[in-house]
Amino acid sequence: MFLRKIATVVALTTLASSAWAGCGISEGRVSIVGNEFPAIQTIGAGAMECAGGGVTVETNLTADHQKINLPGMTGNPAEFTSAIVANSSIVALMNNDVIRPLNDLVAKHGQGLQKSQLVTIDGNIMGIAFMANAQHLTYRSDVLKDLGIPVPSTYEEMLAAAKKIANYNLMQYPIGGAYAAGWNLAEEFVNMYMGYGGEFFKPGTAEIAVNNQHGVDSLNMMKALSEYMNPDFLTHDSNATSAEWKAGNVALMNMWGSRIGALKGDEVDAAVVAATATAGPMTVGGGTTAASTLWWDGFTVAKNISDTDAEATFMAMMHAIRPAMLNETTSPQAVWLIDGYEPTPAAAGVFAAAAMGTKPYPMLPYAGLMHSAAGAELVDFMQGKETAEQALAGLEAAYTTAATEKGYL
Amino acid sequence: MKHKTFFWFFLPTALAMFLFIALPLTSIVSQSLHTPHDQVLIVVESCDPFGCKSETTIDHQASQKINEEKPQGKWVGFQIYTDRNHLAFKEVGEFWESKTSFIDFVSSLNDLPFYRAMGFTLTYTFVVTPLVILFGFIIAIAVNSLHRHLKGFMVFFSLLPMIVTPLVGSLILFWMIDARGIIGSGLQELFADPTLSLKASTGLTWITLIVYGVWHSAPFAFIVFYAGLQTVPQETIEAAMIDGATRFQQTIHVIVPHLSPLVAFVALIQLMDNFRVFEPIVGFSASAHATSLSWIIWNDIGQEIRLLSSAATTSVLTIIGVIILLMPVLIRTWREFNPEK
Repeated sequence: MFLRKIATVVALTTLASSAWAGCGISEGRVSIVGNEFPAIQTIGAGAMECAGGGVTVETNLTADHQKINLPGMTGNPAEFTSAIVANSSIVALMNNDVIRPLNDLVAKHGQGLQKSQLVTIDGNIMGIAFMANAQHLTYRSDVLKDLGIPVPSTYEEMLAAAKKIANYNLMQYPIGGAYAAGWNLAEEFVNMYMGYGGEFFKPGTAEIAVNNQHGVDSLNMMKALSEYMNPDFLTHDSNATSAEWKAGNVALMNMWGSRIGALKGDEVDAAVVAATATAGPMTVGGGTTAASTLWWDGFTVAKNISDTDAEATFMAMMHAIRPAMLNETTSPQAVWLIDGYEPTPAAAGVFAAAAMGTKPYPMLPYAGLMHSAAGAELVDFMQGKETAEQALAGLEAAYTTAATEKGYL
Repeated sequence: MKHKTFFWFFLPTALAMFLFIALPLTSIVSQSLHTPHDQVLIVVESCDPFGCKSETTIDHQASQKINEEKPQGKWVGFQIYTDRNHLAFKEVGEFWESKTSFIDFVSSLNDLPFYRAMGFTLTYTFVVTPLVILFGFIIAIAVNSLHRHLKGFMVFFSLLPMIVTPLVGSLILFWMIDARGIIGSGLQELFADPTLSLKASTGLTWITLIVYGVWHSAPFAFIVFYAGLQTVPQETIEAAMIDGATRFQQTIHVIVPHLSPLVAFVALIQLMDNFRVFEPIVGFSASAHATSLSWIIWNDIGQEIRLLSSAATTSVLTIIGVIILLMPVLIRTWREFNPEK
């Protein structure tokens, strides 16, 4: 929720730490802001190993990172020397011109990187990706087996399975969904709309175009799914949905690959852990495109800092994502794009998503405005207070107003 | 106090108010009349782990040049004030033209973010404020009539809801009223309705937020009235008793008139506070059912989209709203202190 665990770790300069020698940094300030899921925690801890001598390393890993990374990088010198971002959030940093091209640093210190890790815009390397992520099906193999239900590959099959589970009174609300009003609800709309093959904008322009049959179908499917969800679904984000799963209350959900490992934590009932299984993302409406989006997570380096700090930051992050960091604990945390990574069972869903040709989340400068408008405007439809057309018209109007203000239209 | 003494006494406050209130306000007003320049977009080759493609992005060199020429942004006058996400003059006009009934008109206003927020904000303000005054008064009377050994403890106990940080208080309650939480499942038992959820319906969410608001603010009214009760003249009370007034009549005819200036004070502060309701909406994840002007500002600048002009406009509208709300109370207070000669 809003006040989630905020992990703020400050490493004070300590002399002659055995680890910092391994990073090869002599001086500089490193300050990292990023999300707080386990894989990012691992990266943060890896960078912290470089603290010592003339090097200070701080990390601020929080679910609210998107609210603080831009303000914290706008000043000169910037508070944060690196932001860990995804393909949606790097856009906000590029829009405001607060991150620097990394071409020279990659040439100097980036020998271990694979070409696919470089996020390149017009020849400038703006970020280094280190993991991939996607939402995909997570299901309770025991429940499906008991009722003889095959693993759903489409949302229609998911609905049918949920109906059967509910009819047998196994679970009251068999589907879990991160449908919290705001970012989460909008993300589910984006997934579904892509699954129906929709395009968000008129080609080559910032004009929104979602009030069409694809949009209506997407909303109707989301509404149908919500009938099988906990009635509080508009307050459930990924954390709350994961909690429902751990409590054994749901049997089917569309969940982030990066959160699957945490579903099998020590505090969870052994029967739930044993039966937690993943499959690729589902398709919808007879389409072939997965109703999901592909994401990468990577790091950036701030523009408004000294070259010394930038180099220290880059080297500390390179240390954090070195191939030797992969071990039994870290490998299942994510689909690492790091050389030498061997997929674990927890990664099956994300690999299936990539193999299906799932589309990446759009990296357009105005995609965030659409996402934000959707998060606020679709709630009335989900509560049955508006028709799908009214909700989509509201979304278009809210986006158009915001995009006009921002100078995109 | 001499004018000169007052001036030097007040100077530090005035200076701080100028620096931290007046100056930022000017900046907010100016921001609300400007928007960012038109974006210069270019299509470039973009590559990431999922492949290369042509992607639209912002041309920073061109944008920087425009921004350096006019760092304030583009002058748009009141365009943001009247646009769809704020006062929405055009949309409201259309709704008025096409309305079938007045109720239909009001319900269609609910589609516009500003009016939707105003609907909840005003309901909240005008339900919570009187209830806070009422409950604060009742608690104050009750505590005041306790034995003196108990008073200290009860005063502290009654202040607890105000001491708890709003966000933390609302988060705790949020989990307690969950369908699987102690209050939530208790209510399901009580009403014998296993599907009852306080978070799923707009009406119940509003009631939850209002109950929370009263719970959180009543201690403030209580402590003000409790202080006032210590100043009630005993002679008047005794005179009333000799005249045969019951305890209730004493309260209504002696204590209430004595405390009425304090009622105006509490009403003033509460109207202002309640109009800016924010934390419970975030704490209860209630934005699907209830929004407020403060929540809109937070939503505009709290995300990566940073709609600064929009947030500035909503801020100015909030200030205007507070001024309108406080006007009757302010006029009344001014008249009381400046009786006609």
